[in-house]
Amino acid sequence: MQGGAGGPYPDQMGGASIFQRLEPLLPAVRKPVQYVGGELHSVVKDWESCQVRWALMYPDAYEVGLPNQGLQILYELLNERDDVLAERTYSVWSDLEALMREHAIPQFTVDAHRPVGDFDLLGVSFATELGYTNLLTALDLAGIPLSAAERDESHPIVVAGGHAAFNPEPIAEFIDVAVLGDGEQAAVAITDLVRDWKAAGRPAGRDGLLVRLATSGVAYVPAFYDVTYLPDGRIQRVVPNRPGVPWRVAKHTVMDLDEWPYPKQPLVPLAETVHERYSVEIFRGCTRGCRFCQAGMITRPVRERSITTVGEMVQRGIAATGFEEVGLLSLSSADHSEIAEIAKGLADRYDGEQVSLSLPSTRVDAFNVTLANELSRNGRRTGLTFAPEGGSERMRKVINKMVTEEDLIRTVATAYGNGWRQVKLYFMCGLPTETDDDVMQIAAMARRVIATGREAAGRRDIRCTVSIGAFVPKPHTPFQWAAQLDHETVDRRLRALKGALTHDREFGRSIGVRYHDGRPSIIEGLLSRGDRRVGAVIRAVWEDGGRFDGWSEHFSFRRWENACTAVFEGQPVSLDWYTTRERDLVEVLPWDHLDAGLDKDWMWQDWQDAISGEEVEDCRWSPCYDCGVCPSMDTEIQVGPTGRQLLPLTVV
Amino acid sequence: MSRTPDGPPPPPVVQRLRVRYTKRGRMRFTSHRDFARAFERALRRSGVPIAFSAGFSPHPKVSYAGAAPTGTASEAEYLEIGLAVSRDPRRVREALDAALPDGIDVVEVVEAQPATPSLAERIEASSWEIRLPGVSEEEAAAAVGKFLALDSVLVARPTKDGHREVDARAGVASVRLGVARNPDSGWETGPCATLNLVVRHSTPAVRPDDVLTALRRAAGLSTPVTPVVTRLAQGLLDEASPQDERRLLDPLG
Repeated sequence: MQGGAGGPYPDQMGGASIFQRLEPLLPAVRKPVQYVGGELHSVVKDWESCQVRWALMYPDAYEVGLPNQGLQILYELLNERDDVLAERTYSVWSDLEALMREHAIPQFTVDAHRPVGDFDLLGVSFATELGYTNLLTALDLAGIPLSAAERDESHPIVVAGGHAAFNPEPIAEFIDVAVLGDGEQAAVAITDLVRDWKAAGRPAGRDGLLVRLATSGVAYVPAFYDVTYLPDGRIQRVVPNRPGVPWRVAKHTVMDLDEWPYPKQPLVPLAETVHERYSVEIFRGCTRGCRFCQAGMITRPVRERSITTVGEMVQRGIAATGFEEVGLLSLSSADHSEIAEIAKGLADRYDGEQVSLSLPSTRVDAFNVTLANELSRNGRRTGLTFAPEGGSERMRKVINKMVTEEDLIRTVATAYGNGWRQVKLYFMCGLPTETDDDVMQIAAMARRVIATGREAAGRRDIRCTVSIGAFVPKPHTPFQWAAQLDHETVDRRLRALKGALTHDREFGRSIGVRYHDGRPSIIEGLLSRGDRRVGAVIRAVWEDGGRFDGWSEHFSFRRWENACTAVFEGQPVSLDWYTTRERDLVEVLPWDHLDAGLDKDWMWQDWQDAISGEEVEDCRWSPCYDCGVCPSMDTEIQVGPTGRQLLPLTVV
Repeated sequence: MSRTPDGPPPPPVVQRLRVRYTKRGRMRFTSHRDFARAFERALRRSGVPIAFSAGFSPHPKVSYAGAAPTGTASEAEYLEIGLAVSRDPRRVREALDAALPDGIDVVEVVEAQPATPSLAERIEASSWEIRLPGVSEEEAAAAVGKFLALDSVLVARPTKDGHREVDARAGVASVRLGVARNPDSGWETGPCATLNLVVRHSTPAVRPDDVLTALRRAAGLSTPVTPVVTRLAQGLLDEASPQDERRLLDPLG
């Protein structure tokens, strides 16, 4: 209806709402409210008056995708621009997918219910690789060819972002570009490039735009790189196949977080979602140097948001949303240089206001307990979480989690002594060099925690929950060369640990053990460190009905295993080859041409140090150890203290 | 032994306000839980001085009268709030309406006088409008006639643990062919009959869906397109109203 055939440019057609066709189907689906939009602070702009139109997708269910901070930031800052329009789309559940196919309804945005295929760009944020099959569902429902090579000018440019985009090779066939690192400035830069290209009459068509995106360095265009393989299956070379395309594509880094105080107007959903709070990122990056942690490696250096900006964002965010909880987010929130002042300032400001403050920090030290005490000043002291990650002293040296057992015992004693009733401990199983005994030591530690806790609390009804995840080696970390532990061994070790704890007469009833089976982690490992040949597996799994692989009730290991067997038939690679095989320094890794700033020689040295149990200090408090990020990305550590305070709010 | 919150208990309720609100348009897809969350956030944003319960997890003083099922629209939903500071009900209506999404519209706020019957005591029945796209008035009238001639129509309603038998006929106070309030609304083209249905809130409650099931099973009605159901009013049955067209007394009147 809008524009129509009379419009001066072909792209002014489209953008018409499909809601009238969708609405009669909604009474028949589960939780229909997730598809209707209309959230507080959602934005619907005039299609015609915008030059660049983004559909932003989080490839999971609405209840998971809506609270995603990255997507909300981009949604807000793009919509603030007069000539830009951004709408959101999420994965639809299979009940609606079936009805959409039956009634020929395309993948739609929840804001104005426009067909996703009508937009200039489809930006997809991947927090986890297990969302890849959901990308294919959305593309297919949108009428966008799954293979980028088959798309033409009528189709959106498919942009992948988020942490998984640091190795987008498994989905290289399905995306047009990937953006590495912080999205704020990159989204604006891409928008400008698309606008200019459209204004210039779309020179050289879709290919012309992709060349502009690649040569400007703003994004990685997989199609412009050829990958060749050695007879043994390893990669031989990754080479640009176009002039002017960089050999390596670098990540984006926002240096001044105070300049980007988003989200200002966070979405307030009607439907129930996984996080119902106003979240402020208090800093980005982490240099603690935990060797398993991809987030800590790819988001360097540390850049703090100042105490005053945090205070203003919280004040405006609560007023704008009515949320009753505020989360102070980062990779290790207790590490902000002025976190004590922030915690006290906010606790003072919102004393008696029914606003609760949360700090997702798992640092193992007494200061963390002090902070938690401050934030729970008038509330109930239920649970505190600490993450020693490794069960034995030796294991913690391998992963560079610089925590001794004495640290942990002292910390939990402080916690129980301060009235906290439950302590949760996070561990990983399957870490490099791990033995059965390293995992069994988790049991010994949990027993000591309860014994110490009973003494400190002066009561017996305290609890400790041990939560264990299977370790998955990730690209751009010192463990990127490591062999992933097979799921049979992971499961065997965890069963033995659980058995030891549940049969413990003295402590067993006070200790809970939580773990999932190790098989999904093997598929996560395949997708994390895979190369372009894994794309055919993803497609085969999707064609076989694979959806929502991040949900244990929808995940099927058998389906992935069978797809690997079929796809890799007659090739030197296999599921095991991608996961449980150790790599060596000379191997070309699929993501070597993607630059997170980390020096490969430094990472290799850190991997060798890991094996011999050498620790490395945090560069915020000790000399630089040359990880390479600051000089190669022209960045530097940005931390306080600023010396400023949060003043009491004046009552209006 | 157990910790109790520091400080004085929360201030008591000094004023009770009764609120009528709607679920219009796409807001009909909100569940009662969705609405309750949105309403409590709207209270906070609008600065209405709601009173809270005591304890570690204080709850705002809001009590909801029976909510329309997810997927049905409503012009007449009710709740009552307790305020810690007295406020002009008109101002509260404006503030809440502004803070809630379009479609959840606060249409009336009145002060509950002390010692008046509770909201629950002033609501015993609902009046519903059912639009039947693709159904002619003749077909609808025939089905209604057959239905009314029966003494009892048992229908099975799916529940969490199986099915439950409900007598759809017993709960119906009146049902007749009506006139749509907004004949052009919706996506439908072609014939579209409208029913006006008044149902008593008996136990187990009879829902418009149950009556539709009964009309299909026992009276031969066929609905090619999903019907659109809207609650128009709730209240006590007006004994002075005609038997075939019951009216309800305004619970805020």
